[in-house]
Formats: sequence, C-alpha cells, structure tokens
Amino acid sequence: MSESKFTVTIDGVSISARREQLLIEAADEAGIFIPRLCHKPGLEPFGSCRVCTVMANGRPCSACTTPVADNMVVENDIDKLHEYRKQIIEMLFVEGNHFCMFCEKSGDCELQALAYRLGITAPRFPFLWPQRDVDASHPDILIDHNRCILCARCVRTSRDLDGKHVFGFVERGPQKRLAVNAQAKLADTNADVTDQALDACPVGALLRKRVGYEVPVGQRLYDIEPIGTEIESVSAKES
Amino acid sequence: MSEAPSVIKQACAAVASDPSRLIDVLRTVQAQCCCVDDDAIDLIAQALSIPRIEVDGAVTFYAFLSKQPKGRIPIRLSGDIIDKLQGAADVAEAISQELGVKPGETTADGEFSLEWTACIGMCDQAPAGLIGDVVVTNLTAKNAREMIRELNKHKDPKKLVKQPGDGKNAHGLVRAMVRNNIRRPGPIIFSPINRGEAIRKALGMTPVEVIRAVKTARLRGRGGAGFPCGMKWEFTRQSPGERKFVICNADEGEPGTFKDRVLLTELPDRIFAGMTVAGYAIGAREGLVYLRAEYAYLKEYLEAVLRKRREDGWLGQDIYGKEGFAFDIRIQLGAGAYICGEETALISSAEGLRGDPKNRPPFPAQKGYRGCPTVVNNCETLCCVAKILEEGSATFSEHGTEQSAGTKLLSISGDCARPGIYDIEFGTPLRDVLEMAGAEKTQAVQAGGPSGEMIGPDQFDRTICFDDLATGGALMIFDESRDILEIVHAFMDFFVDESCGYCTPCRVGNVLLKNGIERLMNGLGEPGDLVQFEQMGQMMKACSRCGLGQTSWRPVVTSLQSFPHVYKSLVKEDADGFRRSFDLKAAVTLSEQITKRSSVNA
Repeated sequence: MSESKFTVTIDGVSISARREQLLIEAADEAGIFIPRLCHKPGLEPFGSCRVCTVMANGRPCSACTTPVADNMVVENDIDKLHEYRKQIIEMLFVEGNHFCMFCEKSGDCELQALAYRLGITAPRFPFLWPQRDVDASHPDILIDHNRCILCARCVRTSRDLDGKHVFGFVERGPQKRLAVNAQAKLADTNADVTDQALDACPVGALLRKRVGYEVPVGQRLYDIEPIGTEIESVSAKES
Repeated sequence: MSEAPSVIKQACAAVASDPSRLIDVLRTVQAQCCCVDDDAIDLIAQALSIPRIEVDGAVTFYAFLSKQPKGRIPIRLSGDIIDKLQGAADVAEAISQELGVKPGETTADGEFSLEWTACIGMCDQAPAGLIGDVVVTNLTAKNAREMIRELNKHKDPKKLVKQPGDGKNAHGLVRAMVRNNIRRPGPIIFSPINRGEAIRKALGMTPVEVIRAVKTARLRGRGGAGFPCGMKWEFTRQSPGERKFVICNADEGEPGTFKDRVLLTELPDRIFAGMTVAGYAIGAREGLVYLRAEYAYLKEYLEAVLRKRREDGWLGQDIYGKEGFAFDIRIQLGAGAYICGEETALISSAEGLRGDPKNRPPFPAQKGYRGCPTVVNNCETLCCVAKILEEGSATFSEHGTEQSAGTKLLSISGDCARPGIYDIEFGTPLRDVLEMAGAEKTQAVQAGGPSGEMIGPDQFDRTICFDDLATGGALMIFDESRDILEIVHAFMDFFVDESCGYCTPCRVGNVLLKNGIERLMNGLGEPGDLVQFEQMGQMMKACSRCGLGQTSWRPVVTSLQSFPHVYKSLVKEDADGFRRSFDLKAAVTLSEQITKRSSVNA
C-alpha cells in the first residue's frame, strides 16, 4: 500500500496523503485548517468561494478542487493568502445583506466565524445593498436570499444526497441567484423539512421554521471556539 | 407567433430529446416564440427529462435567450467602446425614435425589440448591429432610420442587404453587407490553399509524426493563452478513451476581435482541414465547431462547405481512401455569452448547460466534452495546422521569433485610417503596426482586448509576441481626444455583464472595480482607491476560477500603471479625513423620512 501514499508539505509540515485525495481533505486529516466555505465533505467539489486558495508548487489553486500530487509543496498560512481570503470574505459581506445581530444563524454561521478567525472587523469595500427577496412560502422552510453566498451546498446536497433537485441557479454575473425547481416558490417543490439540503447551508439563507434559537446565542458552535478548531484539535488527539 | 407546445415538441424531437442539445432547443423556441417563458421551460424540461431548474438556469444565462417576450425581429446594437466612440448612441437614439421604444424594450405590436449587446465582432465597420441574424454595418443615425422604415414595410431583415460585402460575404448562403477588410494578407494564413493537401500529407504520416510536425513548427494556441498546440494534442492522444473530440473554438467574443469572422468566411476549408488533421492525430472521430450566436449568419454557408467536403471524401468514412479513418464535424451555435470562449465553459455550453467553466484538473485533454478527452483549438490555430501540414514545419517556424513562431492575425480597430485584419510576423514592434494601420496622435492602445493591457506611447516599441505584448488578436486604438476612464469603465461594464457569477472574486470584484472607476469619474475618488484597485487585481488574478476573472481587473490596473497622471488628477484626500464618496445627507434621508425628524448636523 505504501506506493499509493503521497507526501505533501504544507507550510513546511510533511503530511501523507492518499492518491487522488483532494488537497483540502488531506490537510483536514492531518489537522491543518485551510479556510473554506463552499467545500463540504461528501459533496462533489465545487470551487466557487475561492477562500481555500493556496499556493501549490508556487501556483495558486483552490484546495477543495485540486488533487494532491506527490511531493507537492503547499503554502497556506502566509500573509499574502490571508490578505486574499480577507478580501473574498469582505466581498461576500458587501455583496449580500448580512446583519449578524438579527440572524438566527449567528454563532453557527461559517461566514461570520471565518470573518472573526481572519480578524475582519468591517469590510473595506462599500456595501452594495442589493434588493433581495425572502421566500417564506413553504410551511416548514425559509429561504432568505439576502444571506445566500451562492456556494451550491444546498444545490449539491439536494441533487446528490436527497435525490431531488430542489435548488439550482438562474441568471449570471452579479444577478446570479439561488432558485427553486418550480415556476415561483419553494412551496411548489417537493422540498421537505427532513431534507439534508437544509443542513448544508453555511449561512442563514436556508432555515427551518419554528426551531430558531433552540441553542441560545453565546453557546453556539463558534461562540465556543473559532472555526477550524474542530479540524485542528480532532486530529491532534488522533496523532 | 407560433404555438409554443408544438414548437417545443418539434425542437426536442429534432435533437432526439437529447438533453445535451438543450441550447439548440432553446434557440429554436426563442426564435419561433420570441421567448422561452416559464410554461415553455416546464414543457422543455418534461420533453428532455431534466429538472426544470436546469432549463431555467440555461435560459437565464444566455443573452440571446429571454423569459420575457422579445420582438419577432430583435435588434441588437453592438455596445462595445469602439462602436460607442463611433456613434452607436446616435444610432440607438434614432432607432428608439423610429420604433418608439428604448433599449431593453419591445414594441407594443411585438414586432421589434431593441437592446445593446456585447461586441458582435464588427469593430472594423462600426457602428454595427444585428437585426435578427442579419448583420448591419457602418450605421449612422440617418441610414438606421431608413432601415427601420423599410423594415416596417417588408419585415424581412435579409432584404436590408442591398450590396453584399467582398469575397465570400457575397456567397449566396451568406449575403452579408460585412466586409473582410483584409489589409495585410501575410505569408501564412491567407496563402493560396491547396484543398485536401493538408489531410493527404497527414494521412501519409503516423499520428505521432503529425503531432511531432506541429511541435517542430512550435505552434502555440492563437486564442490568447498561447499553450503549445502539439503538447495539447499529445496529452489528448495519450488520454485513455474510446471516444475523443476535436472542438474548434469559433466563439471569439473578446471586444475588438474579429479575425475568426474573416477566417470562417474566407477559409473554412482550412479550418475544417485543421480539425480533421487534429482528429487523425489524437484519434477522434467527431468534431464540433462552437460558433458564436453573433455569427449565426455564417451557419448555412459553413454547413454547405461541410457537405462539399463530405462529397469530396474529406469528411466521413475512410477519409481520402484511408481505411478506418473516419471524421465528421457538426456546428453548435452558442446563445450569447462571452465566457463560452473559455474552453471549459464552451464545453459546458456545448453539453447543454449554463456556460460555467469547469474545475481544472481534469483538463479537457483528460476529460472534456461529454467526459471524453477533447482538444479545443482556436480557428486561427487550426488554419496554422493546415498550413504546417501543407508546407512543412520549417516553412512555418522560419517566421516570427524563437518563442513565438509564425505570424499573428491582428484585428485592428478604433482611431486609425485602415481598420481591419493584418497578418504580421511575431516580433513586429507595435509602432510599425500602428503605422501600417494609419494611426495618428495615438494616446493609448488596448492590446488583446479588455482582458489584455492598455499601454501608452512610451511602450509602443514593445513587440507583438507571447512574451512581450501578447494578444489574442485585438488591437484597439484610441487617439488623444479619448477619455481613458470612459474606456476603462466600458471594459469593466463588459466584464460585469459577462462574468458567469460562479466565483466570488470575479462576480463581486468586477462590480467593485466598476463602481470605483465611477467614483473617480464623479470626482469622489481618493488615493486609497488606487491602492485598493491594485490589491483587488492581485487577489482576482490569483483566486479567480478561470481566465475571465484572472484578467478582468487588467483594464483598471494596466491603465493605472500606464496613465498614472490621469488617475492621480482624479483623486484627493478629504480635508477632514472622511471618505469622500460617503454622503452623510443621503445616508440619513431614509431614516429621517421614517422618523419624521431631521438629524442634527447632517
């Protein structure tokens, strides 16, 4: 089996990886956190948010779509990439309407948590304040387009795990938006409150109705420890 | 207007309900029903057995498809900066008055719609537009008015062509008023063609020898990226797979580029020969020409050329008597999306999907069209291939420079006496090219279109080649009377419209850069803006998912580097240290209205 193992160096640390494994997954297993938003284990790689951009053998690439290569030399925790990632996160904040203080997802939100972890206090770019809708048509599910970051985690989960195709994208460029598999509303699709797609949303764009604030703000996932700690600590215990 | 359900039924049957032919279905429905509305989307989804959201996603992705009804005769004016600087706004105004609708609207009787569209590849005869599929060129307010009045009588755009252009533009199946404007034919691309010779020579060699010949000629891709063609073929040949494809990228959408239009008009045989040679070299039996929607007027003619090649035994089974070598070519029309010039987006579109680029790896050479190993080559590259086979690698590589062998077709437009096509040796200084074109008092040159770079006179001694002034072919010339910021703004407007929106840096970055340029134009810029432009450019270059976002910051950053005085004259620090673009009064207006009281000191 040893010939199917690759060696990859991330910021000077040697890790071992399986052939055809994605760089981000190899890093996760080794307890090295590469910031990401659109990546979710178990889903087809997508590569839209670009937060996981690393330098691999001197060239930029998204760690969530790039397979490892033997002796690959990767830079991840460096100033230049921190700066790029901050810009991307700030762009996502100004592109939508993100009001953390009113958002049910606050504390469990990956966008918010990454902003904190990267040390963002306020975006440097002017807010774009787009006009976006809320789709509350479904009896059990709410879509708040103001918070959507177009990561396609719900699209992929619904298609590949729920086997339903409830979600997709329409329009292009800055007008690109999440849409549902019906002429107008989520209520007209076969979306169900038990769909795994609802758990895939990294932000507060997809929410179950009537279960909000079950865990009080202040006691939530990222209120307790910064995002990425779960990756860094779990495998520290294993190794 | 035709009955949508029967149109849809026929359109789906025509492609055997193959969902990968969705774009063909949508084009037919749009043409016959003037829109693809929500009900049509449901019917198409049913007929092709795909989720409706995928159909909806495709309809709303492409500029030539619409959920809202367009006119039976859609009028699209080329809205690139060259057309605008040559009077396109006056033309639009004249047509607006004649039709009584503004751009973006449809006449009440449903006959006409008017809209701006991205560069239609006619910058050498601007202002230009499309009336249906018919190209109209050298427009003025006066002749545009006359055209509309005439159209109102006969409603047949084809009848607007009184005097067809030169060469094959006058061919019965083209009959376009387009002119080739081949100003400098050069020794390679436009040299006399010996039909069949390239294929005959190739079939006398082994596929590996053919690839070696292309490598020896040091041919690099002409679409812009300059990847070595032989290496691309070799990778594709070596990729395992029963089924492989050759795709000709005829989707030149870079504003200011129109060379492929002329190649498709005058040298389709050379392009198709190049594709057939590529098929033989990589072991493909199927070829696809992805033709941009703006060039739909060439489709029938190209189909006829393909039929003739089949009759002559240069396409089909046992080509040129070579047992077992079969190859054929199909033309796939696009539906209006610049991004589809990017090879993986092109493949997505040809597969019937939104024109989103794909993740790489895998590269098309490994996993391309329909998941099979695929070579995608530009029209000009394929013409070079034919020439290399016809006359040998050495005859090709004796032209140009060490790193950039051969010649390059330039599409020259803008402020010059002789806009058109120039075939020049790689290594030619820009200054010489400007002189050939009759450019005077040149302030700036945009080399390679908006995604290239903007340079000023102090850089006119740079040479045209891959490692100095690289260009996919466009050279836009701007004289001293032009406003640099207006040009940059037009380019950013283009990228905002044409970004697919898949990745964050491109989707948001282009908007922020465009807004930043607007702040400067409105006198609200500050020095920090210029720093931010450069920071954003670096991030977009490194982090964007495809070539569009990796280069779309360049209009801003390269013009800032070439014309720093222009930018510096437009920015200043606020005396009180506030953001100059922040308008406190405007910011509190809404809350004042809601609370019904005025803010203190605002």
